[in-house]
Amino acid sequence: MSSPVQDLSVLHQRREQRLMLALAMPALLVILLLVVLPVGWLAWQSVYHNGFTLENYRRIWSEDIYWRSFALTFEISLLVTLLALLLGYPIAYAASVAPKRWGIIILALVVLPFWTSVLVRAYAWLALLQRTGVINQLLRQLGVIDEPLALVHNSFGTIVATLHILLPFMVLPLYATMQQIPRDLMQAGASLGAGPMLTFWRIFLPLSLPGVLAGSTLVFVLALGFYITPELLGGGRTIMISMLVSRNVELYDQWGAASAVGVVLLVAVGLIFFAVSRFIPLDRVLGQK
Amino acid sequence: MMIASCYRRALLGVSFGVFATLSALPAHADQITFVSQGGAYQKAQTIAILDPSAKKLGITINQDSIPDAWPAIKSQVASGKPTWDVVDVPTGYCLRGGEQGLLEKLDFSKLPNGAAMPEAYRSPYSVAYEFYSSVLAYSQKKFSAEAAPNSWADFWDVKKFPGRRALRNHPIATLEAALMADGVAPDKLYPLDVDRAFKKLEEIKPNITVWWTSGAQSAQLLNDGEVDMVMAWNGRVSALTKEGAKVAYTYNQGILQSTSLCILKDAPNLATAVRFLNEAVDPVHQANLPLHIDYGPANPKAFDTGVIKPERAAQLPSAPENAAKQALMSYAWWSSPAGEAAEKRWVGFMQK
Repeated sequence: MSSPVQDLSVLHQRREQRLMLALAMPALLVILLLVVLPVGWLAWQSVYHNGFTLENYRRIWSEDIYWRSFALTFEISLLVTLLALLLGYPIAYAASVAPKRWGIIILALVVLPFWTSVLVRAYAWLALLQRTGVINQLLRQLGVIDEPLALVHNSFGTIVATLHILLPFMVLPLYATMQQIPRDLMQAGASLGAGPMLTFWRIFLPLSLPGVLAGSTLVFVLALGFYITPELLGGGRTIMISMLVSRNVELYDQWGAASAVGVVLLVAVGLIFFAVSRFIPLDRVLGQK
Repeated sequence: MMIASCYRRALLGVSFGVFATLSALPAHADQITFVSQGGAYQKAQTIAILDPSAKKLGITINQDSIPDAWPAIKSQVASGKPTWDVVDVPTGYCLRGGEQGLLEKLDFSKLPNGAAMPEAYRSPYSVAYEFYSSVLAYSQKKFSAEAAPNSWADFWDVKKFPGRRALRNHPIATLEAALMADGVAPDKLYPLDVDRAFKKLEEIKPNITVWWTSGAQSAQLLNDGEVDMVMAWNGRVSALTKEGAKVAYTYNQGILQSTSLCILKDAPNLATAVRFLNEAVDPVHQANLPLHIDYGPANPKAFDTGVIKPERAAQLPSAPENAAKQALMSYAWWSSPAGEAAEKRWVGFMQK
């Protein structure tokens, strides 16, 4: 027979849970109506067109271009994620250890590009990287090169611009996590005789892993769906998945052809994260108790 | 509650007045929604064709614009209640839309101006509206007048005409150019020998710096010196020369393309839309279009009105002397299964 005190606390707990659920209902409803239902409808279109058909998926499986495009998209996204990590980690670190005012300035500079549209930023990279662009002209004037370098209208230009646009998505989660790491731990490590490199490697880095994971996930998933940068800066040769989706809308007279590509991408990403979670205990890293 | 008698009289008077005013207003004016591709092109249309037509017919034309109307046409007609009436889109879309049941079949007895146009310029669902050309444009800084490229064979000749090149990232007009470079005569292109065209394109592919996707991009590439030769739409290149850029183009072996007017299925103002369509291809209005933009009127009778001066006519894609040098695009072939297969093959070609 459980004590009355225990019963009361369980009751309170359940009431609180129900209250939380009720408060979350509007948001859940919005997500259901605006995300789950439309995506579900599109996915439905990919298998049903005047009767059940797997034609769209058969085409994706059998035609070479889809495999190549998926491979290229994953390649570019992984590369962008790695580079964003290499560039973003020092920036976030600097922002988190610097005196308060400098930290804010650094963050503001990172977030500033958000005030310009993605399209404008992509065109700005075009102006910088093209043959008669700023970078090539500078290098020629300095005498470093004779002929302009092909920095754009290829994968290179696409990667540079995508990296630039997605860098804040790496820096901000990293910064948020780094802020939480107590400074005393670093001092404790120093007082126990560890040099700065060792304290960083053994204390700071492992504690910043949730931020690394969150930032990397964000950047990777966003990069997979990028359309504007490969379209404008890829020269027509950097064919990422998003461009195939748009092609399919033009070529086939039903939405299912295009949405099938999207469904395959969704499933592929889901499988990847499932596989990754087998090796890295994701929920523990992200802080679940 | 009883309204005091004086207030009642006032109320009656006011409502009478309102009623009188309302009935004195003209009956709900006829109107249509017309959609084209925006920008300088639509502005020119407004001055030359839309405003005069609206005045003559006594209707209101609400305008809208979109760069690629096809997805919007599909979703509007699918909904059963489209908001657009008449659209101005590349002729291929009109043909495809007709086949897929997205457009109203035209009754040419109500379209005398349309019926008087050549057979090749109309279809059961559409009437040609204006002509533009895909031409070989080049930088005069790189190629002087004597050494200028003049044909697609020249474009493909990297030894005699060294330089960077760009083509459109789309098979339409590009396959035609490849076949002409391989020696096929402009009037013997269709049905296209797709294998031959792709084989010829493989030759030039290593020398293509950019495969452009928008008209503005093609012009910007030439203007910035990013490429020295490009296949571009004539209106874009003329716009550059007007701004003083040292670029030029040739109509020789150009590909004459058109946009057409068609009416969406179950359009809300069908009768008025038909009247407007007839008015839009009237020779007088059509003749005014080249006064404001470098595109040619579709109705050949426009050249007989005397509005277009001979020097101006020489610059237009659909002027008889220029049209004779070009290949007329066959939208019928492109909407056939062979054409659709060629389109689907394009992405695979681009990737390798």
